[in-house]
Amino acid sequence: MSALLEVSGLSVDIGRHRVCEALDLTVNAGECWAILGRNGVGKTTLLHHLGGLRRDHVGSIRFEAKPLDHYSPRERARQIGILLQHSGRGFGASVLQTVLSGRHPHLATLAWEGADDLAIAHRQIAALGLDELVERSLETLSGGELRRVEIARLLAQRSRLALLDEPMNHLDLAHQAVCLRVLREAFVNAQRALLMIVHDLNLALRACDHWLILNGDGSWQAGPRAMLCDPALLSRAFGHPIRRVDSDSGPLLLAGL
Amino acid sequence: MRPRRRILLLPLSALAAALSLAMALLVGSAEIPPAEVWSHLIGNDGGIHDQIIDRLRLPRALAAFAVGGLLALAGALIQVLLRNPLGDPYILGVSGGASAAVLAVMLLAVPGHWHTPAALAGALLSTLLVFGLAHSGDDWRSDRLLLTGIVVAAGWSALISFVLSISPATQLPGMLFWLMGDLGDAIEPGLPLAILAAGLLLSMARARDLNIATQGLLQAAALGVDTRRLRLELYFIGALLTAAAVTIAGAVGFIGLITPHLVRRLGGTDHRILLPAAVLLGGALLTLADSVARTLISPMQLPVGVLTALIGVPVFLLLLHREGQA
Repeated sequence: MSALLEVSGLSVDIGRHRVCEALDLTVNAGECWAILGRNGVGKTTLLHHLGGLRRDHVGSIRFEAKPLDHYSPRERARQIGILLQHSGRGFGASVLQTVLSGRHPHLATLAWEGADDLAIAHRQIAALGLDELVERSLETLSGGELRRVEIARLLAQRSRLALLDEPMNHLDLAHQAVCLRVLREAFVNAQRALLMIVHDLNLALRACDHWLILNGDGSWQAGPRAMLCDPALLSRAFGHPIRRVDSDSGPLLLAGL
Repeated sequence: MRPRRRILLLPLSALAAALSLAMALLVGSAEIPPAEVWSHLIGNDGGIHDQIIDRLRLPRALAAFAVGGLLALAGALIQVLLRNPLGDPYILGVSGGASAAVLAVMLLAVPGHWHTPAALAGALLSTLLVFGLAHSGDDWRSDRLLLTGIVVAAGWSALISFVLSISPATQLPGMLFWLMGDLGDAIEPGLPLAILAAGLLLSMARARDLNIATQGLLQAAALGVDTRRLRLELYFIGALLTAAAVTIAGAVGFIGLITPHLVRRLGGTDHRILLPAAVLLGGALLTLADSVARTLISPMQLPVGVLTALIGVPVFLLLLHREGQA
């Protein structure tokens, strides 16, 4: 088992709010992590730090034993892909153009996308059921369609690690299942790794084998799901009662109403 | 239909550029038949028509083309920088600064050859002012840049109105021509064409980065673009291209705002096609407008800025309307 992302002693602040204090975290190849926590606790900011988009932190973040700071932006983007909470609609760019832009970090400055880049893009477009939208402008897509285009772009990037900020936003249940399967096949089953912010605890329960819980006061818990799937712990983290219910398809977590 | 359009966009833009240059050589107060124009272009017989073609029409046509290209290219870059399709190169404060400086030296009756250095100084001063005010540390939000640019432009505009209101009546026509944009003094196209070529080459090297930056700067950073450097490059290349255009022709409006849109509406959303197509079409548009400005009420000449809007507005509205119906 090889470590991809190693975080040690990481403290991140947003103004006077502490997101995490002395966070230690190792993401190994083949793992799928969920980041859980209340709204506004700083999950997105932490994700940006882990992906090298922000640097104003204390502590060290290494990717494959090399400090993240030592990667050039292009090198980093070949190793770590980031699905943002949302991105722009790109001045009328088409679905194909947008998915192809995932190949950007792999191409030399003046190079045009080649036949293999096009093949990679088309494969991701097909995997996410976007075939009929290939030539459509992003401006004409629905929220869920746009989300699938963004996921396809991330897949075309072919990074070793993917950091996902609420990947299932805007997706209906059927597309959630498809996207999750495609993402797990591309990363978890291929000795790469996923780390995603999710709000659906049951999704985290079924799809992610490791959890990182941010409590909002800088404290955190990280480890295998089995260790952290504890209603008392979760109730404290979310400041709301959460129950565990057993069902035919395994345990479910429900918020008290 | 759309992919085909994209492939044709560049040759069609080149054709439009060639036609506009040909028209600029053919029309004017002196009627010179096309065959004769051609022989004057390639040969030199020292006659009056030869002088008109070689010394007047050709340099002015090329200068118009260069200015149009400069503004269109700057517009395309600034729209990505602001991630706002309403971005205009003048938002960086370039035209306001240049106009205020030139009007001030006109008012002080400083000799005409000081106009160009004054315009350049005003343009650069204003660019640095907007940059300094909008930029603090690493935090650079495009809406803040946009607001700063608009407010600084309003300041220059007040200064310009002040100069206009205290200027003697004899000075006013010259000042108004400068404000609306005029190519009457543009007779040396070499330098602007060189700046245009350099600007296009520099920005073509960044064309794929620009494609991604339209999806948001954070997204661009996620895909490995050094966004800090990209923003600085876009800002200063955009400002210098605009300063060059304004210095030569005054504040010609409209081209920088509309040409990149025109190209996008025609299917050129990839900046590797959009940038050269915008240069060709912006050049063609201004060359065409200048030819009409020289001849519409000949022997009097109109400021070309009036014509760019008169030609550009209906063309653009028509495209917009057809897009809405499709």
